[in-house]
Amino acid sequence: MGCTGPEGEKMTVIVCRCEDITEEDILAAIEDGYCEIEILKRHLRIGMGPCQGKTCISLLERILKRELGTSSDKIGRPTARPPSRQVSFAILAGDDHE
Amino acid sequence: MNEKAGVVIIGGGINGVGIAYNLAKKGYTDVVVLEKDYLGSGASGRNGGGIRQQWSTRENIELAIESTKMFEKLHEELDTEFEFIQGGYLVLAFTDEEITQFKKNVKLQNELGLNSVYISPEEAKEIVPKLNILKVKGATFNGTDGIIYPFPVVYGYARAARKMGVDIREHTTVTDIVTDGKEITAVKTDKGIIETDTVVNAAGGWSTEIAKMAGVELPNRPYRHEIMVTEPFAHFLDPMIISFHHGIYFNQAAHGNIVGGIGNPKEYPGINQRASLWFLRTMAKTLVEFIPNFSAVNMIRQWAGLYDTTPDAQPILGEVPEVDRFFQVNGFSGHGFMVSPVVDKVTAELILGETPSMNIDRLKVTRFEGMDLEKEYSVVG
Ligand SMILES: Cc1cc2nc3c(=O)[nH]c(=O)nc-3n(C[C@H](O)[C@H](O)[C@H](O)COP(=O)(O)OP(=O)(O)OC[C@H]3O[C@@H](n4cnc5c(N)ncnc54)[C@H](O)[C@@H]3O)c2cc1C
Ligand code: FES
Repeated sequence: MGCTGPEGEKMTVIVCRCEDITEEDILAAIEDGYCEIEILKRHLRIGMGPCQGKTCISLLERILKRELGTSSDKIGRPTARPPSRQVSFAILAGDDHE
Repeated sequence: MNEKAGVVIIGGGINGVGIAYNLAKKGYTDVVVLEKDYLGSGASGRNGGGIRQQWSTRENIELAIESTKMFEKLHEELDTEFEFIQGGYLVLAFTDEEITQFKKNVKLQNELGLNSVYISPEEAKEIVPKLNILKVKGATFNGTDGIIYPFPVVYGYARAARKMGVDIREHTTVTDIVTDGKEITAVKTDKGIIETDTVVNAAGGWSTEIAKMAGVELPNRPYRHEIMVTEPFAHFLDPMIISFHHGIYFNQAAHGNIVGGIGNPKEYPGINQRASLWFLRTMAKTLVEFIPNFSAVNMIRQWAGLYDTTPDAQPILGEVPEVDRFFQVNGFSGHGFMVSPVVDKVTAELILGETPSMNIDRLKVTRFEGMDLEKEYSVVG
């Protein structure tokens, strides 16, 4: 499993850049019995970073399908949590003259 | 042939798996836990992780003090890391009535062995230098309160219970509880029937629905409560900060993110876990009022969960008059995580017919019959 670098050592494949989670972390979690996206999110914090899983969740989905050989409805679709883009409190608080 | 089980626990939240773990620890493993979704999909995987002992009623204070002591050791027992950080709780008063109530609370808390203190706004600012104290009239502080990352606790219990032989089933929905007179005979699920005479209702926001299946009326109602998290940044905030006046609570989690929520007084009961714009705007405005530096911080995610709320904001525990061996572990009204260690231990003792290590008779559902309620005043979010 994983890729092999020039010196023959295993290369670390980072799946979630925001939270620094590697493919190995995910495989270890699956091994420990965390087999649904919502559960992996809470266990590893994958997809919980500032980009909110825009890139990593679909990678995670693929890894889960590959490892468990199950369909997407078994591994679950994560709930999309607002906001879709990060936004500062200053903007959210806005002014009161709406 | 139907399956059989000594005890069926409905709900795979902290309390469901916690009770299963406590039963197994005592050597009793003829237990099935049923969870309609995944473990922790209810309030247990959606909460703020606050562990507070500063309450206003004797029951809540005692449950929380004892549970905090147990949380301090639980990670070793379960061999799970869940980041219990005891940075304290700073409770802010904004009105004269609150000052009176807070002084009363501290007196009772001290009598029960908690070292909480009543402090001035200036002293509060010493604890949190970035706090805006312009409108703060007073505060209370207790240093052994703190925060926990809740999800690993749920999984730690589940793993340990399974190892000892408990059967924990996810994606299994309870559809009915079959009774014969006062006795329970079986639990029906979407996957089959399990014969049993003992059922635990640990279904959180759904507990009233579950009780109805056995013909029991509970006074709890589910209310949506929303919560959010910011991007992580350098650590600057030790305690959880709360204000009942604003209905707000927030803290900086181990990861550096601010986690917090604010209650909507206009929320009406129902199973609703959607996120709202009202929450975002109100939370943002209030947070910036409390800590002006927050205006530059980015919010990254919001979500919601259910408070299972009783008329007096105290949990419903123990058996009910209508049906035998139907144990209630619900109605936590937004603070069921912090008291779960004791609650789950005592419930296991009651199920096995042992003398409970804490008397919970005053938390039985029968307290609502006469309805002269001693209400818990210190609910937030
Ligand atoms: C936003 C928010 C913030 C909170 N903050 C805090 C805090 O800081 N500190 C604190 O102590 N508490 C807090 N709470 C409260 C705390 O989360 C709950 O009191 C606690 O998690 C309740 O745990 P439980 O196991 O009793 O219920 P839950 O975790 O709600 O579990 C009940 C389970 O029952 C399942 N279920 C329902 N119906 C069925 C059925 N028919 N068949 C099978 N399974 C079923 C559900 O899917 C659910 O998983 C907060 C709650 C919310 C919503
Ligand atoms: S890459 Fe995973 S949350 Fe951003």
